[in-house]
Amino acid sequence: MIKLINVYKEYPRSGLALKNVSFHLRKGEFAFLIGPSGAGKTTILRLIHMVEGPTDGEVRVSGYSSMRMKRRDIPRLRRRVGMVFQTFRLLRDRTAAENLAFALEVTGARRSETKGKVQRLLAQVGLAPRAGAYPEELSGGEQQRIALARALIHDPVVLLADEPTGNLDERASRGIFELTRDINSAGTAVLMATHNLDLVRRYPQYRVIELTDGAVVYDSAGEVGKADGES
Amino acid sequence: MANHSVREAIAAFRRAPGLAVLSAMSIGLSLFVLGTFGLVTYNVDVTLRTIERRVEVVAYLRDNVSAEQLEVLQNDVGSFPEVENAIHVSKFEAMRNAMQQLEEFREVFTDLEVNPLPASLEVQLRPDYRDPESVQRVAELIALYPFVEDVQYGREWVEKIYQLRRLGGAVAAILGIAFAVVAILIIGTTVRMAVLARREEIVIMQLVGATDGFVRRPFLLEGFITGLAGGALALLLTYGAYLAVNGSLIDLEWLPPLWASLGVLAGGILGLLASDTALRRHLITYA
Repeated sequence: MIKLINVYKEYPRSGLALKNVSFHLRKGEFAFLIGPSGAGKTTILRLIHMVEGPTDGEVRVSGYSSMRMKRRDIPRLRRRVGMVFQTFRLLRDRTAAENLAFALEVTGARRSETKGKVQRLLAQVGLAPRAGAYPEELSGGEQQRIALARALIHDPVVLLADEPTGNLDERASRGIFELTRDINSAGTAVLMATHNLDLVRRYPQYRVIELTDGAVVYDSAGEVGKADGES
Repeated sequence: MANHSVREAIAAFRRAPGLAVLSAMSIGLSLFVLGTFGLVTYNVDVTLRTIERRVEVVAYLRDNVSAEQLEVLQNDVGSFPEVENAIHVSKFEAMRNAMQQLEEFREVFTDLEVNPLPASLEVQLRPDYRDPESVQRVAELIALYPFVEDVQYGREWVEKIYQLRRLGGAVAAILGIAFAVVAILIIGTTVRMAVLARREEIVIMQLVGATDGFVRRPFLLEGFITGLAGGALALLLTYGAYLAVNGSLIDLEWLPPLWASLGVLAGGILGLLASDTALRRHLITYA
C-alpha cells in the first residue's frame, strides 16, 4: 500500500537525507519510524505525502507513484493519507468544530454533509463537548485530538504522524497513542515517527523501522536491504 | 465551491479593510494617470477627426466642360469606394461662396466683369479612407480626366494629422504599459501580503487535499475585486479632473461609456493577473 523502493533524497545544501531506503507498509499495519533527529524520518513522511519527490527511486502510495505523479493528482492522494504534526497546526481563529468543517469545505464538501461528519469525528476523539472551544482554550492533548480528527476527515487509508506526542506530557501522550491504536484497529494503517523509545518498547507487537543518517539500519519486519517486497 | 471563494474573498476584505482600501487607492491613483491620459488622447482624437472630416479633394474643372462630361465625372467619382459624396460647385456658386467667406474682397469680386473662379467638384471621403495614401490615390484618379484642370487636397495637412494621431497612439501605449506595470506591482504586493498573512490556512488546505484551484480562487477573486475598485476610483478621479478643467481651461468631451467601462474592467483584469503572478511565486507547499 505504501512502498519505498531504493529511495534517495538529496538537498542542494544539506546533501543526502535518504540513502537507498526501501520498505513496504501494508494495509492496516502499524509501524514506528525511529531514529535520532536528522535521520530522515520527516523526509520519509514528506515523500509519502508527496510534498516533494525523491531524487532517485520510487515512492508508491495507494496506487499513486512518485514517478508518474501529476500536480493535479496530489490533492486526491492527500485525501487518502491523513497527517498530524508535533505542532498540531490548527487554525487559531476557528473553533474545534470549525477547524474540522474547514477541512471538509475546502475539499468541496456540501455544508449539509459537514455538520454530521464533524460531530461524529469529535465524538470519536472524545471531544464532542469541546466543539465550540478555540485551540488556545484546549490543552495540548486536546489540540492533537482535533488534529487527528481532521486527519481522519476523508477516511484515509493511512495516517502519517510526525512526532505526535512530542509536545505532550506523559498522560496526554498515552491518550493520543491509544487514540492512534483505535484508529489503526478500525483498519487505517499508521506510520508514526517518534523519539519516544519508551512507547516503542511498550508495544513490541508493532513494527519498528529505524533510521540512521538517512539509511534504514533496522526493520523488525526483516526487510532491510530488500528493494522490493511483495505487494 | 464558488460560494467558498466569495465568502473567503469577502472575509479577507473584512479581516484587513485598511490594506484593501490602501491597495484599491494605489491602483486607483495609478489608473487615474492612465484615465487622464485617456481623456486627453480621446479629446485630441475627437479634434483630429473633426479636422479630418474637412479633408476633401477638390477637382477644378476647365471652363469648357459640358454638362454630359460633368455628369460622367460626378457618377464615376461617386462610385469610387473611397468616396462619400461628390458635390458639383458651379462657377456662380464658387463666386458666391468666395464673396461670403472673404467679405473684405466683396467689392473686388463685384467689380469683376468675368468670373475668374473655376467650377469644381468637391469630393468628400468616407471616414476609413481619409489617410494620406487614399486621398492621394483618389486625387490622382480624378486628375486623369482631361476636363479636370487641377486637383487639390491638403496634402501636408493630411500627413501631419496622421503623424499626430500615430504619435498620440504611441505615447498612450507606452504610458499605458508603464502604469499597468505599476498597478500590477501594487496588486501583486497586496496579494503577496495576503498570501503570507494566511499562510497557515493555505498550508492546511494543501494538507487536507484542497485542489490548487480551490486554494487560489479566493485570492484571484480578491485581486479582481481590488482592481475593479481601483478602476472605479480612477474613473471617479478622472471625471473630477474633467469637471475641474472642462469649460474653465478648455472645452473637453467626456469619455464614451465603452472607454469608461473598459477602463474599470482593465483594473479588474490587472488585479487578476497580478494575483495570479503573486500566487505562482508564493503558493509554496507546506514545510
